[in-house]
Amino acid sequence: MGTLSKYRLLILCSGLLFVAIGLIVAAPVKWVVLWTDALIFTLMVVIIGTAWMVRSRPYLLAPWRRVVRNRIAAGALVVLLSYVVIGLLDSIHFRELLPAQEGSHQQHYSSNTLSLLDKLLTPIRIQEEKSYSAPFAIQLFSKESLQGDDGTTVRDYPRLQYGGAHLADISQRKEDITNTLLLASSYALATWVVISLLVVWMLARRHGQSYRQQFKQLIRGEMEMPWCTLLLMFLVILLLLFISMMLGVKYHIFGTDKVGQDVFYQTLKSIRTGLVIGTLTTLVMLPFAVVLGVAAGYFRGWVDDVIQYIYTTLNSIPGVLLIAATVLIMQAYIAGNPELFETMEERADARLFFLCLILGITSWTGLCRLLRGEALKLRELDYVQAAHAFGVPQNQVLSRHIFPNVLHIVLISLVLDFSGLVLAEAVLSYVGIGVDPTMHSWGNMINGARLEMAREPMVWWSLMAAFVFMFILVLAANLFADAVRDAFDPRAVR
Amino acid sequence: MIAYIIRRLLYAVPILIGVNILTFWLFFVVNTPDDMAHMQLGMKHVTEEAVDNWKAERGYDRPLFYNEQQDGMSTLTDTIFFDNSLRLFVFDFGQSDDGRDIGYDISERMWPSLALAIPTLIIGLLVNLTFAMLMAFFRGSYVDLSGVILCVVLMSISGLFYIIGGQWLVSKVLHLVPISGYQPGVDAWKFLILPVVIGVIGGIGSGSRWYRTIFLEEISRDYVRTARAKGLGERLVLFRHVLRNALVPILTGVVVVIPLLFMGSLVMESFFGIPGLGSYTIDAINKQDFAIVRSMVFLGSVLYIIGLILTDISYTLVDPRIRLN
Repeated sequence: MGTLSKYRLLILCSGLLFVAIGLIVAAPVKWVVLWTDALIFTLMVVIIGTAWMVRSRPYLLAPWRRVVRNRIAAGALVVLLSYVVIGLLDSIHFRELLPAQEGSHQQHYSSNTLSLLDKLLTPIRIQEEKSYSAPFAIQLFSKESLQGDDGTTVRDYPRLQYGGAHLADISQRKEDITNTLLLASSYALATWVVISLLVVWMLARRHGQSYRQQFKQLIRGEMEMPWCTLLLMFLVILLLLFISMMLGVKYHIFGTDKVGQDVFYQTLKSIRTGLVIGTLTTLVMLPFAVVLGVAAGYFRGWVDDVIQYIYTTLNSIPGVLLIAATVLIMQAYIAGNPELFETMEERADARLFFLCLILGITSWTGLCRLLRGEALKLRELDYVQAAHAFGVPQNQVLSRHIFPNVLHIVLISLVLDFSGLVLAEAVLSYVGIGVDPTMHSWGNMINGARLEMAREPMVWWSLMAAFVFMFILVLAANLFADAVRDAFDPRAVR
Repeated sequence: MIAYIIRRLLYAVPILIGVNILTFWLFFVVNTPDDMAHMQLGMKHVTEEAVDNWKAERGYDRPLFYNEQQDGMSTLTDTIFFDNSLRLFVFDFGQSDDGRDIGYDISERMWPSLALAIPTLIIGLLVNLTFAMLMAFFRGSYVDLSGVILCVVLMSISGLFYIIGGQWLVSKVLHLVPISGYQPGVDAWKFLILPVVIGVIGGIGSGSRWYRTIFLEEISRDYVRTARAKGLGERLVLFRHVLRNALVPILTGVVVVIPLLFMGSLVMESFFGIPGLGSYTIDAINKQDFAIVRSMVFLGSVLYIIGLILTDISYTLVDPRIRLN
């Protein structure tokens, strides 16, 4: 990449930043930064910074290229990224300005904290029914006494307030759904074609090839990156996005829950909770694990003894029980200090943050032990010995020679832990020691729907939606983690 | 050998002291007895008197470490720390917050937990080993590939799904066994068979994939090539040579969990209404009974440490090259 295009990129970036700041200042809302939001944004900055650094260093870039060249990993990455986009949209919080009251100049903000995702999903978010309704239903799930036109009372399934409200009766539903499906698919396809053409054009320019040549290469899969897979996955995501949005405003595509809230909306909101638990948990304890693990392996002697004692002690308490004990105590603390939290969302968020901390405390010991072993091995290697012989100070040996060489272990354990933590959230919420009951999460959805198993016919949609979304995320994470491990683990056979 | 075990047991003492101090700190210093009383009696509208009464009934009104009002040894023994924490070392768990004897409850509820956990472990181990062996036998072929894909898919499904799906299919649609409940004695199998099967299925994904990796690592060793060079058949090589050597890393994972089987599986037991230690713990968490949770934490750590020692001993049994000293 030439200097010119680098400048152009810089100008573009600063322009975007400028616009973003303008929007933030000008919008008539009160921005709210929750604890986990702050951590997520810090994480994003770190990731972007690292990506920038990796880009210019071929030896760091090589393993990542190996990851993306793997077709399965590339597909999984697209899925993960779409989850991340939803999670990020759900991490920008604000409180809306309430309409000014007569004779008062004071500005009041709503006590409801919304996120950008809420705003985007507004029709789906506010279309609440009275109670349960099945996916694509236009009637409630249970019978109610209805007043007929002639004053008589009949027991029947009442029509939904929003779901399929534009239809005269149920016979039109099939046709309406098919039409919407076709329309949404054609929109998605059109968008995809435009974007794909742009990608091909960009690739052709970068490789200095003719447009037609590039196109042929891409279809035959002769490129270094699996662009074909990436674009196809992108098409699937686009299709799902358009279909779910266009059907979602007309129907409750995943039904509604006990209080009539749209299950599709709940599922989308749960994504952030899952991602936060999966990533922040490992990250909050990462400094401890790295510092203690490397220190134990490098310094040995009494430092090693003390650190080993700490992690053996923590490790010997069964994880679930330690989590249960700490969550109980945290609940008592939050209940005892209600003045610390301005809104309900802040309270729920504080609980989520603590949960991450607690899960982190129980899970850092494994990484710490791995790092200790690696540091023990590294300190005996020739280049470290040579650094010692040259009189390089210890902190420099640690930061220049030891630390960069254990990073692959950190990365591997980060991606491997992710899926387990997402699954753990569901179980913990079920046990009653997970996230706040008011927070949207897959665990809470499963927990709420579990009691309806006994109903006849069964209310299955909440369970199914939570399981399917969780399954896709965890499967993608597992596949991606395997590729990362294969690419970064020096022992792996290639 | 005996000297080694004794030394390991002595090593365990400081760790248990650490666990004990940590739990004591969490339950009595971070979260004071006042907080506990408020939790139990309701957050608001509680008189000071009621709180004091609640604390006095459970002996939580005494000082934490040092009682100045007593003389002699009692200055140290008549404290919360001595009564509630040090007693755990002799497995005297005391009373739960609603007045039941925890030690008795544990000894009663241990059996259903074991009845569920032991079959799950043994059957699960056999099934996983078989699957892993199959994949290793057909390594590199489509059988292996589809096996691995199946494992990843099974791993990605939430454990709750297996439980809820299993209950729905087997109990509700097919009416084969009761949905939940328990009956002591021989009839217990009716209630146990479904949780055991679900437990085994839930563990296949991660278990057999891990064992497969271990097998493949062993298969690439020199002694396997030697065995093949001698003209041994693939089956003999796998069972006689690979399986035996792969047992060492597999044992590490299995033996360490054996003592923890007493603790039961929290989720399984509460879903299937089995009155074991797992559901005991969940009930305690929901009732916010700190005395029970504290006892279970301590019991769990003791069992974990026993598991570690057992692992080391089992090494010497399967691998004569490893000597303990």
